[in-house]
Amino acid sequence: MFIVKYIKDVWGAIASLATGMKRTLYYFTHHKEIITQEYPDNRDSLVMAERFKGEVVMPHDEKNEHRCTGCTACELACPNGTIKVITKFDISPEGKKKKAIDKLVYHLELCTMCNLCVEACPSDAIKMAQTFEHSVYDRKQLTKILNHPGSKIMEGVE
Amino acid sequence: MWSLSHIANEIHTWLSNTFNPTWTQIIEMVLAGVAVIGLFAALGLVLVLMERRVAAWIQIRLGPNRVGPFGLLQSMADTLKLIVKEGLTPDGADKVMFNVAPFIAMIVAMLLMAPIAFAKDFQLWDLNIGVLFVTAISSIMVISILMAGWSSNNKYSLMGAMRSGAQIVSYELSAGLSIMTIVVLTGSLQVSDIIHSQANGWWIFKGHVPVWIAFITFIIAVTAETNRAPFDLAEAESELTAGFHTEYSGMKFALFFLAEYINVFIVCAIGATLFLGGWMPLHFGSGNAFNHAMDYIPSSIWFFGKTFLLIFLIMWFRWTFPRLRIDQLLNLEWKYLLPISMVNLLVTTAMAILGWHF
Repeated sequence: MFIVKYIKDVWGAIASLATGMKRTLYYFTHHKEIITQEYPDNRDSLVMAERFKGEVVMPHDEKNEHRCTGCTACELACPNGTIKVITKFDISPEGKKKKAIDKLVYHLELCTMCNLCVEACPSDAIKMAQTFEHSVYDRKQLTKILNHPGSKIMEGVE
Repeated sequence: MWSLSHIANEIHTWLSNTFNPTWTQIIEMVLAGVAVIGLFAALGLVLVLMERRVAAWIQIRLGPNRVGPFGLLQSMADTLKLIVKEGLTPDGADKVMFNVAPFIAMIVAMLLMAPIAFAKDFQLWDLNIGVLFVTAISSIMVISILMAGWSSNNKYSLMGAMRSGAQIVSYELSAGLSIMTIVVLTGSLQVSDIIHSQANGWWIFKGHVPVWIAFITFIIAVTAETNRAPFDLAEAESELTAGFHTEYSGMKFALFFLAEYINVFIVCAIGATLFLGGWMPLHFGSGNAFNHAMDYIPSSIWFFGKTFLLIFLIMWFRWTFPRLRIDQLLNLEWKYLLPISMVNLLVTTAMAILGWHF
């Protein structure tokens, strides 16, 4: 019957609109759970989400050693040329030449935080940090060298 | 007694004793104009802040909280920003039309203020066709939108204006028919008569089911008529930049913005007058203690309380429902609201003749 379907349509519409309005009224009247972060005020207690990706860093241990072998997998994985690995050859005590990094140059201004370099790294040398206050007055400051000066590769990482 | 009508009478007596009748009339007109403009400014500030707060609370946010205590001065700061901005007129625009359009929107809003009863015996003009006047004037609103959209020489503006035209013209029918429901029950078009007919109970209680249907139709239709979400196709910022006022900036934009909020206030005031008794306190039956207790609350508070309740309802709609498509919009009006309100008017007429209401 046409008229029965019509009335059912109208009734269904009103019921579904009422469901939505009930939900928003619940939020309006339960003004406790606030998602707004009052950022500059709560800077000390700010908790970032675990999956937040701020910039690429290379962790160093207390002996100023990193895990980077200079394999350039990250440079190859990067879709927009953010990472540039400059390698050198270390001479080991036995007299053998061994590939190592001289500088790992990271252009923060080009990075899209896609995480592909971190996934490509075979030795877990780089990871994503949660820092986000990257504003500087000079663009040059956004070009970073990730390995600390005088650092060398950790024992046992090939 | 500090009622609004008392203050108005005091001013009138003082003016009559000081000046001759002609000057009294002129000064009173100027005072009324200033009062209306003052009310506009106050409403603009309050409603913009209220909207942002309601939106924030519904979306579990905080809303404006930086300017002044609890962010109360936020809309003041926004107004200041708009005043100091340049009111640009595009090169290819029809200059006269472009600059006149925002003022037409404001004039329509001002004219609509005339028959609204803000408190007991406090009304600018109690003309005997008050409700008809309101429906007639409110349809001029579409002209200002069409003028703005067409003269801007911008495709987004023109599309917004055309959508708005189709929308306002169609939704006026069901708004008018639901207003007719109350006119049929009251038997008068005069605003004061309609309010006095609700002394023993508001129409929404006395008229039961048909008036409920008329009320829902009215609220939906006026939400569409004032171009607010979910019917904001005329501006539709995600599709048309800002619709008919894309090219406006500075104070000319502010006038359109203000006109939107003033129109929301006016339609809610009319809704409150027709369905919720205007300034009439909540009465059940006649002469009992409850009615006397309710009479102690001033009539202006009743009026503004009801109006702001309806404004909250319309804001609640805006922040709950997604925007309709243009075909869904026209389907809703022509296939659902209009037939329903026509049948409803027929039922109400039968009810009024047979006396089935309380």
